[in-house]
Amino acid sequence: MTTPIIAMRGIVKTFGAVQALRDVNLHLMPGEILGLVGDNSAGKSTLMKVLTGAYTRDGGDVLVNGEITHFKSPHESRDLGIEMIYQDFALCGNMDVGQNIFLGRWPKRFGLFVDRPKMYEEARAVLSRLKVDVNSVFQKVESLSGGRQQSVAIARAISFNPKVVIFDEPTANLSVMATERLLETMSELKRQGVAQIIISHRLTDIFEVGDRIMVLKRGENVGDRYIAHTTEREVLELIVSGTPETALTAEEAMKKAA
Amino acid sequence: MDDLSTAGRHRSESGFTNVGRAPWWQRGFFASQTAYVVLAFLIITVAISFVADNFLNPENLLRTSQNFSYVGIVALGATLVIITGGIDLSVGSVMALTAVVTMIVMKWIAETALGFVSMPLALLIGLMVAGFIGLVNGLLIARLKLSPFVVTLGMLSICRGLTYVITKGRSQAPGGPSVDTFYALTNGKLFGLPIPLVYLLIGAAIMGFVLHHTAAGRHIFAIGGNERAAALTGVAVERVKIGVYVACSMTAGLAGILMSGWLGAAQANLATGYELTIIAAAVIGGANLAGGSGGPVGAIIGAALIEVIRNGLVLAGADSYWQTAIIGMIIIFAAIVDRLRSLRAA
Repeated sequence: MTTPIIAMRGIVKTFGAVQALRDVNLHLMPGEILGLVGDNSAGKSTLMKVLTGAYTRDGGDVLVNGEITHFKSPHESRDLGIEMIYQDFALCGNMDVGQNIFLGRWPKRFGLFVDRPKMYEEARAVLSRLKVDVNSVFQKVESLSGGRQQSVAIARAISFNPKVVIFDEPTANLSVMATERLLETMSELKRQGVAQIIISHRLTDIFEVGDRIMVLKRGENVGDRYIAHTTEREVLELIVSGTPETALTAEEAMKKAA
Repeated sequence: MDDLSTAGRHRSESGFTNVGRAPWWQRGFFASQTAYVVLAFLIITVAISFVADNFLNPENLLRTSQNFSYVGIVALGATLVIITGGIDLSVGSVMALTAVVTMIVMKWIAETALGFVSMPLALLIGLMVAGFIGLVNGLLIARLKLSPFVVTLGMLSICRGLTYVITKGRSQAPGGPSVDTFYALTNGKLFGLPIPLVYLLIGAAIMGFVLHHTAAGRHIFAIGGNERAAALTGVAVERVKIGVYVACSMTAGLAGILMSGWLGAAQANLATGYELTIIAAAVIGGANLAGGSGGPVGAIIGAALIEVIRNGLVLAGADSYWQTAIIGMIIIFAAIVDRLRSLRAA
């Protein structure tokens, strides 16, 4: 059996009196697309922030490629190839597409001056690798539509050559067309071997591109299924009435059904 | 003027049939707030030259340019702060404190064994004091996340108070063996231009280059655009912010020293109320108080516009108090133009 690229074991996180995560497990195989679903306040975003190091965990282990890590900030998880795309994209609207893709690490000449030609050339290369349709690297980000802004955010994540990309509610603010394009982009990334975790309320989207779906409820695992062996209906039932006691892993659920 | 060099190279490389190239007057420099202000500046200049016969007299133009140089120099620094989304209200007081400290230190060193270098040493110490004030501002704002408005408002009071404490309200003249050199450096002429104007132009050139061609300059714009995004992608937000407050204070210090050379001495009430003129100059020139835009050309034009109006009103024999009211109208008008411009671009 191959080592999961990400393994989270028995994660505990509390905020004052609130137990946001209680003994949560998660694993992600290389190149796999995992959907992370659950009602509001199920702990999805918290779990991902624990993974990237935006939050420090109160208990449990986070393993990347089988090794225990202790990220103190998203910078450290980025160094190991984990990228998160935020719901609000975290872009600088006053700057152009090329500069946003290389925000904070512009290619430099003599270690001081920004090498603009190189920056725009590389930005174009990243965009074409992603097969997205941002029409000019010179366009200001604030003049782009939501879907294209997201493309820029994804392009920036991709430019770090990540092994894992986490999408936080990627389709929440997108048009039908833009959602279609995003799902294509995700499939394209999968072909390139990038593992992905998608936090989403839209089961349809996850069923279209995902390999596996994991359900959280009030900070606990309530089930895990292979997309190929489950239905939206079953997942909905888990979200609504799943309990940690009856939780099955994807493997167990598959065997039980067989 | 936030991104001339890249916007100027905008080219249509898309396969989109519905995305063309904007007409020349809607992109690059011509689409920037600064361009509109330059236009307004030219119109107002021409109008004033009709009302006031002496306005275009070369001597008057040189005097006017010297007058706005002080505000212009500080407006450069203030623009840096404003681009990051901050504000520095302490600049007027920093001008006074730096000027007073420089004068006192110069006289004091002149009486010691180091008398032969009293002037350069005094200038260095004066600018270091200014830089230190900026450092304190920056640390409080970037590290402790205090509001720039509150911190620099406090600093405005502290510096003005200290200036009166040090001088006991008395005016401080420069002293020592190099007083003549001091006047030459602060109030002389170079190639026929008043020397403060030369400092302003050099400062603007450096600032323009740093803002557009160095990583540090791009970081300043990134922080103004989206501070969280900048931090997430590895911009050293705290360091850059501290840097702009230090730079802003140092431009104020320099202008304060230059101004005392012009006035012949440093008074405790030097540059009282200048912070508002300086911020007005930056804002008229296109610096957005919400952060993310601004540039050196705008700062100069903004400062020049304010002075030209004041000078024009004086020459035309109008009550010079009208200046204050008219500047206010121009600030609001500039904001309206900026709004209309961005609405059309969107």
